[in-house]
Amino acid sequence: MATTTVNQNASLASIIERRRESILAEWLREMSGATRRSDLMKESELQGQCGQFLDLLARASGTGTNVQAAAYEPLREMLLDISRVRVQKGFTPRETAMFVFSIKRPLFTAIREAHGKDPVAMAEQMWSTTELLDSLGLYTTEAYLKSREEVIRRQQEDMLELSTPVVKLWEGILALPLIGTLDSARTQVVMESLLEAIVQTNSRVAIIDITGVPTVDTVVAQHLLKTVTAARLMGADCIISGVRPQIAQTIVHLGINLLDVTTKATLSDAFGLAMHRSGFSFIRSDKKEKRDN
Amino acid sequence: MERIPILRMGEYLLVTIQVDMHDRLAMTLQDDLTNRISETGAKGVLIDISSLEIVDSFIGRMLGNIASMSRVLDADTVVVGMRPAVAITLVELGMSLTGVRTALNVDAGMDLLRNSLDARKDALYGSRIQ
Amino acid sequence: MAVVSSEATAVATESDIVTVRRLVREASAKLGFSLVDQTKVVTAASELARNTLIHGKGGEMELITLNGPRVGLRLKFHDHGPGIRDIQLALRDGFTTGSGLGLGLGGAKRLVNEFEINSQPGEGTTVTVTRWK
Repeated sequence: MATTTVNQNASLASIIERRRESILAEWLREMSGATRRSDLMKESELQGQCGQFLDLLARASGTGTNVQAAAYEPLREMLLDISRVRVQKGFTPRETAMFVFSIKRPLFTAIREAHGKDPVAMAEQMWSTTELLDSLGLYTTEAYLKSREEVIRRQQEDMLELSTPVVKLWEGILALPLIGTLDSARTQVVMESLLEAIVQTNSRVAIIDITGVPTVDTVVAQHLLKTVTAARLMGADCIISGVRPQIAQTIVHLGINLLDVTTKATLSDAFGLAMHRSGFSFIRSDKKEKRDN
Repeated sequence: MERIPILRMGEYLLVTIQVDMHDRLAMTLQDDLTNRISETGAKGVLIDISSLEIVDSFIGRMLGNIASMSRVLDADTVVVGMRPAVAITLVELGMSLTGVRTALNVDAGMDLLRNSLDARKDALYGSRIQ
Repeated sequence: MAVVSSEATAVATESDIVTVRRLVREASAKLGFSLVDQTKVVTAASELARNTLIHGKGGEMELITLNGPRVGLRLKFHDHGPGIRDIQLALRDGFTTGSGLGLGLGGAKRLVNEFEINSQPGEGTTVTVTRWK
């Protein structure tokens, strides 16, 4: 069985080699009917890709039909590249996969002509070629999804970074003003960047201001508590400020124990406390009054 | 046998943990430290763990034990320099080391020990002479 | 699920726990885990290796690198010890048969994404944990 497969594929390679130009021309025609996107891609670029694909396919198919094999590495890499570029250009995954699938008709025509007198060999080769092209087509879809996921992950990371501004209020005092809904992932990033900032700025007090947070659920409240505990383990105090009445009610209803955590109504109260704890005090300099006297 | 060195600085003992401790080494440190506190009459112990890449429940328990034991021997303990990733993990593990005092770094830790010793002296002898 | 590599290491002495920590640290760093995730999975490995040593009377750890569809690290701790009679009880915080805090199993579970435990009294215990990137 194995030997016949190799023979058939060797002949697939030779078929491609013999009829390269006609397959290429027909394939390009096929694509212009089905999925050609001249708005997104130049004709010459597509021609180059098709030619490269055929050459790589001819070379790899001599070794078998397992697309995960090392012989298919250059072909896989090329498809990966194509998918990545097409994601950026705005192709749909269907259009990207059709790049591979649309070669079927021209290639099958060539196979049929080559095996004119032997229907069994022809059927067998068509089947193995179909399988091969299907896996390659699916590979482009996988690659497409992978590059999409990369884009999404990068955007998520960017967003997370944007949403966690740790600011220094005073020597040794940090503040983290949180705005918007807190989910578990975001709270975790917030927690990490706050703790990192505590070390970097050598701050003994950190204020987490949740004035801009509309609701707090159990998970988020637990994360906040964990942040406070982790900061304490590192040797810093946390104050939570800006607790809205609804959030205070939720916290009590949920049975979350905030007894060990210092909370203040406003950021300014928290800042006052932080200054006091750090040994700073305020004196108002009323120069105007002095002059009047 | 491998041991973690304990330095003496006046009324304080200083320990810097710089190796990934196996459990026996942690237990030895606990023994050595309690012995040294009672020998020297030290009033404070500072443990610098800024080099530690993880603190698991065993090392966490050792730190808690040292703090409790030194309290019995009339010495304060402060653990300094825990890394953020280590702190997050320790909290997730379920250990909050209640009863262990902490500080960001050796300087802050020494301040804490001095202030606490001053406060104790004040309580004993009244206002100290400046 | 594509397994990229798999290697086993003995957990028979206290210094093997340190080796386990080092191996897991290296593997998770190589996979590109964030520092916090590295620390979590190393700490979980430390707890489980200690369990294998103390309660399982020694065993081994298998370290499996997963790649595709998701990247992750899977650790299998296997021993031929007395086994765990009541797994639910063993997972509860504060429960201990030894002299520890009883945070080992439950704590390790909180530090990973997937946690599986198989135990037959008298035959041994296998704990499998996975942390995804």
